[in-house]
Amino acid sequence: MSMIRKSENRLFDKIMLQSNMRNISIVAVLLVSGAMPALAASEADYNTAFAAADAAEKEAASLHNRWTSTEAGLAAAKKAAAAGDFDAATASARKAEALAKASIFQATSEKERWKDMEIR
Amino acid sequence: MRVRTVLTSAFAALAAAALACLAASAVAAPDKPDPVADAKAFKKYFTDKFPKVKLEDFVNGPYSMNEDMHKQWEEKEQFPPYEFSLEAGKEMFGKPFKNGKTYADCFPNGGIGIRQNYPYFDEKEGKVITLELALNRCREANGEAPYSYVKDEMASLTAYMAFTSRGKPMDIKIPNDPRALEAYENGKRYFYTRRGQLNFSCASCHVQSPGERIRAEVLAPALGILNALPIYRSEWAGMGTTSRRFVTCNSQTRAVPLEPQSDEYRDLEYYLSYVSNGLPISGPGARP
Repeated sequence: MSMIRKSENRLFDKIMLQSNMRNISIVAVLLVSGAMPALAASEADYNTAFAAADAAEKEAASLHNRWTSTEAGLAAAKKAAAAGDFDAATASARKAEALAKASIFQATSEKERWKDMEIR
Repeated sequence: MRVRTVLTSAFAALAAAALACLAASAVAAPDKPDPVADAKAFKKYFTDKFPKVKLEDFVNGPYSMNEDMHKQWEEKEQFPPYEFSLEAGKEMFGKPFKNGKTYADCFPNGGIGIRQNYPYFDEKEGKVITLELALNRCREANGEAPYSYVKDEMASLTAYMAFTSRGKPMDIKIPNDPRALEAYENGKRYFYTRRGQLNFSCASCHVQSPGERIRAEVLAPALGILNALPIYRSEWAGMGTTSRRFVTCNSQTRAVPLEPQSDEYRDLEYYLSYVSNGLPISGPGARP
């Protein structure tokens, strides 16, 4: 009986130790990720961000509702990427995507909302 | 007895259906295009908003909104800044093309005193024809290269043609053609639709806020706004066509402007000119 109890206790200690180690690892990862700056954007990150922005702007163009600010964002992204600054390029592309999506929303909602302003 | 009941029920059903149709048409009625009612409501809006401004004075844009500015404008008109452009336009208009023909050969009444009839709806083409477009088509038909729609040559030519129509009431027709009504409606929709990052429509400035300042400028009322074009703008330090005005307005709201004389801009000009019918041509004009 005591042999079984001792064995159970060892197993329990082992499990607790493993669990504590895992918790410590998780906390360490969280601490490091919080304390360290985000990893620099890669060329692949930029390509993904630019493709998304470009697709959204094409949709805005099909609605005849491009914004100059979106175009400026896309141009800035290209320029920064050409200079090898993928952090700035990715940030500009993401901003351009947000603007393009806002212009799509505007064009879609204005299909009916323009009537609210009409002089009758 | 049973037959009578069936007949009564059928009659009641028909009456209910007829009433439903009437109700549906009453609900749908406000969306039916009615340019005459639009133009009446448009004028009423501005004359109610500015009861001291005479109807024919709206064509003077910001100068009609402010007494001091009106006085400045009257003095400016003694030596108007568009005079050079007007003289150049007169000379260009009379100068024959390489084939010996002139602009006068392309227009009714030799192009004199006809500004108030533009834009018009061409039923053959099914589209709106503006004066700027007609001038370039005249050039191309006579073997000449078209002018830029936003530069001085076009402004000079239209300045001269507007001058020969000064005082004549704008007289835009909408023929009995569903495509003409569609072009008018498209123009109206463009005028009221918000665009650009600043979320402005043409109406945001020229219906909701005429007479108010946007930075240093006093906004012009939409009523009669095209009657004064082309204009000399001190801000531009030069002349500007209707095309230039539309492109600039769009850019200022951070919208990518359309190509000059695109269908949308032509329809917009059609709508804005129609609702200003009866107001005198005052172009070429001058603006701050």
